[in-house]
This record gives sequence, C-alpha cells and structure tokens, in this order.
Amino acid sequence: MLIRMTESSVKKLSNGDRCYRASNGVKPGKNGCVKNHYLYQKQHCYPEEKIYHVAHNGGLYKRPFNEVFEETPMLVAVLTYMGYGILTLFGYLRDFLRDWKIEKCQNATEREEQKDFVPLYQDFENFYTRNLYMRIRDSWNRPICSVPGAKFDVMDRVSYDYNWTFKYTGKVVKDVINMGSYNYLGFAENHGLCADAAADVTMKYGVGVSSTRREMGNLAKHEELEKLVARFLGVEAAMAFGMGFATNSMNIPALVGKGCLILSDELNHASLVLGARLSGATIRVFKHNNMQSLEKLLRDAIVHGQPRTHRPWKKILILVEGIYSMEGSIIRLPEVIALKKKYKAFLYLDEAHSIGALGPSGKGVVEYFGLDPKDVDIMMGTFTKSFGAAGGYIGGKKELIDYLFTHSHSAVYATSMSPPVVEQIITSMKCIMGEDGTSFGRDRIQQLAENTRYFRRKLQEMGFIIYGNNDSPVVPLMLYMPAKIGAFGREMLKRNIGVVVVGFPATPIIESRARFCLSAAHTKEMLDTALRMISEVGDLLQLKYSRHLLVPLLDRPFETTYEENEE
Amino acid sequence: MASGQQWVLVEMVQAFYEAPAYHLILEGFLILWIVRLLFSKTYKLQERSDLTEKEKEELIEDWQPEPLVPLVSKDHPPPKYDVVSGPTSHEIIVNGKECINFASFNFLGLLDNERVKNQALTSLRKYGVGTCGPRGFYGTFDVHLELEERLAKFMRTEEAIIYSYGFATIASAIPAYSKRGDIVFVDEAACFSIQKGLQASRSNIKYFKHNDMDDLERLLKELETEDQENPRKARVTRRFIVVEGLYINTGDICPLPELVQLKYKYKVRILLEESLSFGVLGEHGRGVTEHFGVNIDDIDLISANMENSLASIGGFCCGRSFVIDHQRLSGQGYCFSASLPPMLAAAAIEALNIMEEDIDIFRLLRDKCKHIHSALQGISGLEVVGESISPAFHLQLEKSTGSRELDVKLLRGIIDYCMNRQIALTQAHYLDKEERFLPPPSIRVVVTIEQTEEELEKAASLIKEAAQHILQHTVLGH
Repeated sequence: MLIRMTESSVKKLSNGDRCYRASNGVKPGKNGCVKNHYLYQKQHCYPEEKIYHVAHNGGLYKRPFNEVFEETPMLVAVLTYMGYGILTLFGYLRDFLRDWKIEKCQNATEREEQKDFVPLYQDFENFYTRNLYMRIRDSWNRPICSVPGAKFDVMDRVSYDYNWTFKYTGKVVKDVINMGSYNYLGFAENHGLCADAAADVTMKYGVGVSSTRREMGNLAKHEELEKLVARFLGVEAAMAFGMGFATNSMNIPALVGKGCLILSDELNHASLVLGARLSGATIRVFKHNNMQSLEKLLRDAIVHGQPRTHRPWKKILILVEGIYSMEGSIIRLPEVIALKKKYKAFLYLDEAHSIGALGPSGKGVVEYFGLDPKDVDIMMGTFTKSFGAAGGYIGGKKELIDYLFTHSHSAVYATSMSPPVVEQIITSMKCIMGEDGTSFGRDRIQQLAENTRYFRRKLQEMGFIIYGNNDSPVVPLMLYMPAKIGAFGREMLKRNIGVVVVGFPATPIIESRARFCLSAAHTKEMLDTALRMISEVGDLLQLKYSRHLLVPLLDRPFETTYEENEE
Repeated sequence: MASGQQWVLVEMVQAFYEAPAYHLILEGFLILWIVRLLFSKTYKLQERSDLTEKEKEELIEDWQPEPLVPLVSKDHPPPKYDVVSGPTSHEIIVNGKECINFASFNFLGLLDNERVKNQALTSLRKYGVGTCGPRGFYGTFDVHLELEERLAKFMRTEEAIIYSYGFATIASAIPAYSKRGDIVFVDEAACFSIQKGLQASRSNIKYFKHNDMDDLERLLKELETEDQENPRKARVTRRFIVVEGLYINTGDICPLPELVQLKYKYKVRILLEESLSFGVLGEHGRGVTEHFGVNIDDIDLISANMENSLASIGGFCCGRSFVIDHQRLSGQGYCFSASLPPMLAAAAIEALNIMEEDIDIFRLLRDKCKHIHSALQGISGLEVVGESISPAFHLQLEKSTGSRELDVKLLRGIIDYCMNRQIALTQAHYLDKEERFLPPPSIRVVVTIEQTEEELEKAASLIKEAAQHILQHTVLGH
C-alpha cells in the first residue's frame, strides 16, 4: 500500500529529486536481507526503479535519513531475561522474609486508624518498586545545586538503608559534565542577555500572575511572546501555555472528541497519551515511526469507519513527535505528511525535543526536512528544552488558535505563564532568530549539530550500540541488563559525568539504556573527556555489544497494532 | 460422603484406562478444538469486509472529514481577552486603564512583595530560569527539596511534593490513587481540575449535592448495601471523597468535621483541594483543617496550588509519606514534566517565610472580606454568593433573564462600568460545554490585603451603582 502511495507522491512532489541511499556504510544485516527478499517478491508488480525509492524512501526526502537500530544480540537478550528472572526470584524471597519479619520492612505504612480501610495500593503494584527499583534508586533524582549548563554541581548523598532514605552529606561534587539535561542550545544560563532580561522583568512584574488568561492574567507580554512564536515557526498564529505536559493533555481534548479517531505512535510521550485519553476519541496505535503500519490504520479506518456502527469517522488525527526522547529517532515527516494529505487526516506534531535542536536555523523537524510548516495542522512544542525556560506552545492556522483561545482548558482554568519565564523565552528565541543582531544563536545551532555528529560517530566507533538518527542530539546507548543500569550511572558519576539511565517501564523490558543529551554548550574537550570515560566504563561493564550490523528502522519486524477503546 | 466421592473418582480413572484409544484421541482433539475456540478472536473486523481494492479507493476518495475546528461565522468573532500591561499587582493597567485589582487571586499581596522578588532574583542569578529536565533526570534542585520540606513543615504533615503547574496538581494526584473500578464521591461544585483528574482516573464517579452531607451519606449507604451483596469486590474497591476546602465556584467552605465523621464511619479516604483556602483560612493560614480544628492526619491528601496566596507558580500535595511518596513514581504531571523553575520555588519559600512571620495578615484578610461582604448586601438585582470570610466570592443575578448569553452580557456591562471607574473586576469564566455542572454566570470579586478601606468602599458603591444603572436600564429596555 505504501508502495502505491509513495509512487504517486514521488511523481507529484519530486520527480527530479536525487535519491539518497540509507548509507550506513556497512553491509545490511540479517534482518535487512529478509526484508529485501519481501520487496523482491513484489517486484513483478512494480518497476524496479520505484522499489528502489521505497526501499530507501528516497523521493520524499531532500536529505539522507540515516536512522539505525541495531538488533539486540541473542546472548545479551537471554542474559537480560535471566537477570530479571533472578531479580524477581530474589524479590519474592525478600518479600517472604519481610512477611515473616526476618527482614526489616522499610515501607511507609498505613495509619493504625485506617488499617481496616480498603488498601490504598495493591501489593503486587509495588513489587517492582520495592525489589528492583529500590536497588538502583540512587541513579535518579540526584539533586543539583547550580545552573544545569554544560557542567553542574551534584549534591552528595548517601544511604544507610539500601536506598530507602538518603542523607545529604553537605558535600557537593563540583563541575560534573552534564550529559543529562535537555539544554540543547545551552540557554540554561545565569548570566548573559536572557538572564539579564529575565532579571529586569522579575523586579518589575514579580514572578506570579495569580489569574488565568481568560480573566485577569492576559499580559501584553504573553501576546508579544505568541506573536514571536508564530513568526519563528512560520505559522499564522500561536498560543503559549504554562506547562509543556499540560499543553498536550489539555488541548488535544479541545480538538477531537467522540466519533473521532486518534492514530498515535506507540512511543508517544505520556502527555500525548493522556490528552488522547481525556479527549474521548478512539485511539489506535501504530508501530514506532512505521509508515506501513500508519497507512494500514488510515486505510482501514476510512474504509471500515467506526466500530460496530460503521459510520465514517468525524476526523482522524495523527499524533507524532519530532524527536523521540527515548529512541533518539526522528519522525519520518515527509512520509507522514504525504499520508496525511492522501487520507485527509490532521497532523499533530509534538516538537518538544526537536524545536531549536533541528534544522539549519533551529526551527525544528519541519525545517530539517525542508517542508512547509503549513502542512502540519498543529505544531506543538515546549520551551523547557532548547529555550531554557518552561511551558509549551501550539502554532497553526488563525482559526485553530482562535478556537483554542476560547476552548483550551488551559486558557480558562490555569494560571498564566510567569513573566520572567516569558521573558527568557522571548530573548532566547530572538537570539536564535538572529534578531538580537548577533550570530550567537546560529552559532549555537551549528555547534549542536557538530557536537551531535561527532559524539555519535565516536560512540559508534567505540563499538557501543547506539539508537536513533545520526542528526538527533538525543543519544541512547544500550545497556540491556538491569544490573548495568545502576552500575553505569554510578561509575559515570564517579568519573564526574552526569548521565541519565533508563529502564523498564520507560523502555521495553530488555532495552535498558543510558541516554546522553548533547548541548551547544559542550566544548570539544568536555565531549572528549566524556567519551573517554564512557569508553572506560564501557570496557569495565562490557557494554561494547555492537557487531556493526545496522538495520534500518523500516526493516524492523512489522507487528500487529492494537486498539484502545474508551467506554 | 468423602469416601463416596473418592469412589466416583476411582471409577472415573478406571473408565479412562478402559476407554479405547480412538475414543481418547477423539476427545483429546475435541478438547483442543474447544481451547482453540476459546482463545481465537470471535471475528476479525477488518478482514470481514469483501470490498475490492477499487471500492476501497472510492471510499477513501469520498471520505470528507469535519474541519479541524468548527468554522466561526463572521458575526461571532472570538471574544477578546482583557489585556494587562505591566504586572497584575494591586494597581493594574487593564486595556490601557489604571485600576485597582479586584480580580487576581493575589490574596496576601505577595506578588509584588520586594522580599519575594529579591529572593527570586538571587535564585535566578544562581540557577538561571529553566530546569531543562524532569525531576528524575537532574531536574531536582536543592531549592525544590527545601520548598518541599518547608511546605510539609508549614502544613505539619510528614511530606510534601511539588508540581510545576497548579492545574496539574490535583489532576495528577487523583489518578495516582484512584484507578478503574474504584469509586469517587465528588461534590457537584468541584472545580475543573478535579473533574479532569477524575476523568483521567477512569474511576466510577458519584456526585453528591453541593455541601449536602445527607446526600453524601445516602450515596455511601447505597454503596454499603452493594458491598454486602458483593463483599469480594468491596475488598478491593478503593473509595475516596474529593472536596474543596473553599470552593472556587461557590465561595463556600466544605463541612470538614462532618466529612471526617463520614470518613471513619464508611471507611472512605478524603482528598482535599485547598487552592483557595491555603494561606487564607485558619489562624496561621494552614487552610480548612486549621479553620475547623480538624487533625490534619485525618485527611489523606491535601492538594493546593502556589499560584494564589503564595503568588508564585505551581502546586503541591502534602500528607503522610505513605500516601505522598507514591506520587513520585505515579504522579504523571510530576514524573513526565519539567520541574518547577528554581526561581519560582525560591519565591514560594520567601512567601512562606512571610506567612510564618506575620500571622496578622490572615486576620486582616478576613476582616476585609467581611467588610466588603456586608457592604455588598442588599443590592437590588445582584446576590452575593459565598462565605463572608471567603476572599473570592460571586455576584450573581438575582433573577436570570432566561438566556445565559444575555446574563453574561449584563454582567459584562457592570464590569465595564466599574473598569471605567478604576475598579478591575472579572467574570468567573467556564467552558460551558465541558463543565459537569455549569455554575450560573457571575462576577467574581477577589479581596486582597492590599486593598484599603476606601478602595473596598469604593468598589462596593460602584458595583451598587453599576447594578442599578445597568439592571434598571435593562428592565426599562424590555
């Protein structure tokens, strides 16, 4: 089906365009062969040249799309499952010991007066927390006490009861290289233009607003920000909100409702999922970044209509993100837009991680692919990351924004944005756009792109399994085994590098990983130091799993999709 | 009896041995068939259709979606927001006019407090503005830990947890505890973020009449009988009462002592939203628990935002560690959102300092509330709704014209009248189609300690004048 779609759109869009190969520079892996075989079988229906287009999704792309996910080595997968098996067995054993009061139970407990109430938590709910998470709890929530810039200061803490409680020693680990914060463009600063502007506004306005946009909290500053955001994105109008998470969860319900269909990527952020659920629309999930899966859902939805009644859907909304923060992948936007146009669906693009971080002038994934922002119906993004502030926005046509102004939950019920935060966004955005008369913004974008390429290439050369797109500043490094999650985090901190490690349930159970977020503020020396330490820890923990068998994303096995129905 | 059963069992086993092989094979096959039927899907929706590719293409060609947003006709342009230039403090410039602010929830006047501003500035100079990450991934700052500790201490609870957005606080807290199948009893006047939290929890929701304890008890009794019929289910069904300390939609205080009695009688947990009452009610501003002298440990969870009395941004929940700690892994708005900018947390800490140092401000606020409350009595056509000690209360039309649109227009007329004479007021805005029980249109008057006696008098007399002018006018117009 996709073949036909791409064929027609190739004709329409870019007959003369050059096609790039998905050039990993390495021969395709086992899985790739299987997939090619599949394409080969279909060859008799379509001219060979067209198949080439499909295999590399060439025609729609104006730039190489190098995204790879190396397969998990079989031995590693088996060992990982064994690891979880052992942890679970020990978990049961310790629960048994706790039941018999042989081991001291550290859990906070219910009040005596309420012991006969229905238990607030079911016992099995906390099994994972109690027995697995608690062992490596020190790898998360590490408090810092400085700007989250290229380096930060981490507060030292110890635990005398196996991570149930922490004591702060009062010591501070200085100048830890920050590979964890989403400070893509390095605007997390306590001095310089942005901080100065925010400081002035703090003294003039105070920090709060104490009213909603709809009532007495609509500052001229908010409107200034919105005009600027619209100009930056190249859309007709925009609206800003106080919290990125709430931008998704409180606006999707204003756009779709009962009788509408939401097609959502399986790896979408919790806020998109919550927004979709609150909307009351039917939700169907497609495989991550898998355009065949998306097209199949679109076709089936239109052909079959709503379940049981078979009435046609009122609207279909596709929910995707620009950069996926756990996979480091970039959305296949040209194909999504082609599909959305063909099937008359609407597109909601969450650019939380991609705005500022992608594209030659930082305008996100749309600019990265050289597309027209008007083809995306709802452009959503956050100010938390690249702009070093807080909050989120939605951009789009004027009608859409006008509608949101009257129907957004946020505008009517939530306190509006803090003025200094607004000021920080305005100054940093102007800097990115070059409106401050300097090229600092552009240099930062350039620096980030260079840092990304360099860091990713080096890690790959060292033999780590790295997920995601070559241009994505989010770099997941696969750890797989549960024991290595904690070990990696601790060993890195010992070497003065702050990294984020993630495991189940944020990732599939065997795909635990460490994640690095690059920043324009990182200097080459810092990256080299970080790389050296990562390599050292990689040898220590035997993390260099890669056999350099890179499998393009499209060739990951196609699995069935499932549907979530609301009552 | 037992030996009889044993005998039947032995016979069965014997019969099994004696049966011919083909019989066993046939039965085995049938059993497998049944298992297969049990586990196979009854039908496959998408494979049932026998449309040809061409027909499918036609269907796709024909399908026309509704527009993304409904088209707005030119005669009904979207309502314009009032524009505030400058801060939303005591003196405010709305639509270019200088006014005294009777609309922002800045009860204690901490929004433009110099001490608070200076602390925020110091923090900004140390940490910058944004946190660039969620709490789990290096988004926890020492200021956050300090604020949580201070809030817990102020409220005299074991633990507190902060969120970066007031609206998201209770909306995340409810679904962290109440899941599908659980039962939540909610007051009809509950605010919108509670409603959203309930919706996200997918629990079974039962509304009781506003502040009507008999109605609540009736529902609780109903549940009790249901429980007796199905004790197995009752053992795993969590139940909660969700109430507000001071209702933003009505200006009423919830009858907390009665609620606590019901809690222990029917074994239901209480979740209390105190966004308006925190920093307002009680001798030390600890909210509705202090107001009634209720032991705070009797309330399972208290949630409030830091956007009203504390005049910062964000919200917090507090209670026993057993309850609160759960949100650190299950509160969606906590785990998946960037943390609160440290300068906003620092401002909240300083605001708490001021609240702790000077408990007179709470008494002062109550006096001012009572003052304007009594001054506004007896206006023909307008009715004051809300407690006399509530700093946010409503002015509703005594008699509705019958059309909500017209009512809103009338109230807007009163607001414009006052706004032209230096008193800034606002209507209480709702999403009419989204509210479960839409409150009648009203003007929401907010009292702060910065308003002087004269200003309160002036506001009251202006409102009286405006009501006379506009409501009379309408009556004549008819």
